[in-house]
Amino acid sequence: MSHHQRPLSPYMLGQAYRFQLTSVMSFLHRISGIFLSIGALGLAWWLMAVAQGGDAYATVAECLASPLGMIALAGLSLSLVYHLLNGIRHLLWDAGHGMEIPEVYRSGYVVAALTVVLTAVIWFFAMRGGA
Amino acid sequence: MSTQRVGKAEGPVEFRTPLKRARGLGSAKSGTGHFWWQRVTAVALVPLVAWFIGTMVSLVGADLATVQAAIARPWNAIVFALFVVALFWHAKLGMQVVIEDYVHTRWLEITLQLVVIFLCAFAALASLYAIARIALLA
Repeated sequence: MSHHQRPLSPYMLGQAYRFQLTSVMSFLHRISGIFLSIGALGLAWWLMAVAQGGDAYATVAECLASPLGMIALAGLSLSLVYHLLNGIRHLLWDAGHGMEIPEVYRSGYVVAALTVVLTAVIWFFAMRGGA
Repeated sequence: MSTQRVGKAEGPVEFRTPLKRARGLGSAKSGTGHFWWQRVTAVALVPLVAWFIGTMVSLVGADLATVQAAIARPWNAIVFALFVVALFWHAKLGMQVVIEDYVHTRWLEITLQLVVIFLCAFAALASLYAIARIALLA
């Protein structure tokens, strides 16, 4: 039966189904959510280290300041801002606002632009404070 | 009444009606529970995440004593505790849906669901313990 050859979401994206702003942003919401869930475990680890102090805190601080740590922080901050803004977009939909297709695209572009701007602003202040 | 059997064909005869077997299963009593609490935690996290980002940015480059003192401030400790509870609750609900949607191997799905629940509970408790310890001892 050809039944088994049907393209399934999300693997159909980009193959049987054209990429759209809406589907890509929906997918990114999940990806960023997964990434943030892992990052939340890092937050618990950081809090425990702050509570313990001494070597435990020094180890965490060293990890965060390493190139890999900085890449993780950059990814997490971008994910957090995106998930927050797109989450607000979802909450507005839940309240019944902006559900017409042109509005959905407009809010999508607003979220994408604000994500880049806000993340840049956060890193500007973080670098200024840390320098 | 058809003679259904419990489990395999050689299992005991099933005398309960289909309605009796369905009761208490599925989403009959908690259908919107997941949806609702995902939204409740989301609404709570909007201001909490904004506060968290502001606090973290203000602590860049600070030494341990300054970080501890910032978390130890009474309202900060309370808000931080609220944040981690909402965060791990929201993470559990979100990861649950992702696993339900994409993992179709039953044993792997159940295993991952258990891992998510245990990790979120463990990390939330550890965070609350750490915040309390910093607030009360630092």
